Amino acid sequence: MARELLKGNEAIAEAAVRAGLEGYFGYPITPQTEILEHLSRRLPELGRAFVQAESEVAAINMVYGAACTGARVMSTSSSPGVSLMMEGISYIMGTEIPVVLVNVMRGGPGLGNIAPSQSDYNQAVHGGGHGDYSPIVLAPSTVQEAIDMMVLSFDLAERYRTVCMVIADGSIGQMMEPAELPEMRPVQRKDWEWATNGAMGRKRRILTSIYIDPPDEEVTNLRIFKRWMEVQANEVRYKEYYLDDADYVVVGFGTAGRVALSAVRAARQDGIKVGLLRPVTVSPFPYAALDELSKRVQAFLVVEMNMGQMLNDVQLATKGRVPVEFYGRPGGVVPFPDEIYDEIQRIATTELQIEADPRHAWYQRMITRVTRVK
Amino acid sequence: MDTLVKPENLVYVRPQAFTEFPTHYCPGCTHGVAHRLVAEVLDEMNLTERTIGVAPVGCSVFAYNYFDCDFVEAAHGRAPAMATGMKRVLPDRIVFTYQGDGDLASIGMAEIMHAAARGENITVIFINNAIYGMTGGQMAPTSLPGMKTTSSPLGRDVETQGFPIRMAEILANMDGAGYIARRSLHDPGNIRKAKKAIRTAFETQVRGLGFSMVELLSTCPTNWGVSPIEALKWVEEHMVPAYPLGDYKVAPQIAEIK
Repeated sequence: MARELLKGNEAIAEAAVRAGLEGYFGYPITPQTEILEHLSRRLPELGRAFVQAESEVAAINMVYGAACTGARVMSTSSSPGVSLMMEGISYIMGTEIPVVLVNVMRGGPGLGNIAPSQSDYNQAVHGGGHGDYSPIVLAPSTVQEAIDMMVLSFDLAERYRTVCMVIADGSIGQMMEPAELPEMRPVQRKDWEWATNGAMGRKRRILTSIYIDPPDEEVTNLRIFKRWMEVQANEVRYKEYYLDDADYVVVGFGTAGRVALSAVRAARQDGIKVGLLRPVTVSPFPYAALDELSKRVQAFLVVEMNMGQMLNDVQLATKGRVPVEFYGRPGGVVPFPDEIYDEIQRIATTELQIEADPRHAWYQRMITRVTRVK
Repeated sequence: MDTLVKPENLVYVRPQAFTEFPTHYCPGCTHGVAHRLVAEVLDEMNLTERTIGVAPVGCSVFAYNYFDCDFVEAAHGRAPAMATGMKRVLPDRIVFTYQGDGDLASIGMAEIMHAAARGENITVIFINNAIYGMTGGQMAPTSLPGMKTTSSPLGRDVETQGFPIRMAEILANMDGAGYIARRSLHDPGNIRKAKKAIRTAFETQVRGLGFSMVELLSTCPTNWGVSPIEALKWVEEHMVPAYPLGDYKVAPQIAEIK
């Protein structure tokens, strides 16, 4: 396939189609609506299922039902809509069936705004729905990466019978950039040994998330965790930039990681030995890679488009060996490379303390930058 | 013993569409009757092997244990959405939901209305016993005015707790509905009529004629605090007048097969 100028949301939608998407159920919400619009035309012309649901609550439960039959299905939404889906996500994880979801994140909490944000990291990575579960969560930083992740997501969701969520921020969804779509894969519905698709010539099957006897639920929780440990062992993905001789490491995912790379390159040109680790899977998180780095570098700088959420995972990974500093732009504001460059320079030239909550010092720096804060 | 089990002496047999699993329902509850009618219809229409059921949250949360077909268990009120997802990717399967009044007419109101409006080709068995059974007898959207429940201890006051919702009448207004009926399970004659309606509802789906729903007036002796016989009488005397029986929507093609 040739490289084309593609809009993120449309590329995500078309990549899912080419990965063998059999059914889509969604609800309009900015900044992801182009996914729904693209599929409203594309799926019917291919004879596949498309339903504009009455709400995100209904959409996730339609996906839940369709996934129970073994079909490759997906829903997409943006932050407030994903909050509504949390009920269904918990049920899907409890039923142990594969579903792909996309959250094109926007500023929050509440209605927030429709600008690019990463403030749903904790909701995606550390739960959000009730009960014990960990979904696979992927974070693209380019349209091409978002395309590649759609194909990967279905494979991962099916391999581990889990929710695989792609968290893109609004800028990935809305921007156009050159990218290459995958070849069209034929729809191949597998007759999974668990699928409730009609008990023709076999024993009936039941798919449920209810385990009324506590020991049964406990065994289920442990089984789900065992599968999660396999995910952690096999599926951690991240990108490294300039880390071989780095004294300082910037950690950022998605768009924040992409902007940080520009700052890291500028700092390298100015002789600062700084590198970047960009998690591609934010769940499973690259704990081991950060653990190793923390044994040989002087400090970390976590850059996010939120109030500091992945920050806690970096602190967990680095075990307090070296200072972990934070720089964030919440509320739908995207940082400029200059801002991150300034932070890199500050870290490289200042004596740092190991703080339990580095956001306090960041807040003091922020209020001098954001003049409207009182 | 051998003489007793001769075919000519056989007056009762467990439907093929049932499993051997004993139900968890309270003595005298009409869930068992409703289950049996569905199972008999699945047998008679030879549908069990290609049927997928959707169980609700409520007393019939374990319905999946009792039917010998594939089954899924929905979140509270979301059964029509789950059924929609399954039917859209497997249009040649028979998909039915089995829901109570709290599930369908309270928390799941959006899902049932839109499933009907879209004309989803699914069948809904709706058990209306005017109370929340599983959680121990709270007021339901279908509780009658003045009805005492654990959350309307002085009787349902319509000024502050609203009026009963008549689902069959509401859903009959949806253009996507092919067959909407209300029946009662309080005596043998009505049970026979209920079975016929359930059969018609599944025929509607088999023929691809849109959304079908049968509302069944049912008992809850345990939470009503009466004997099973008194409960049946209460349905006849109080529920039937409030929830008139009959066909509320019969698509022309359904009228031909009725």
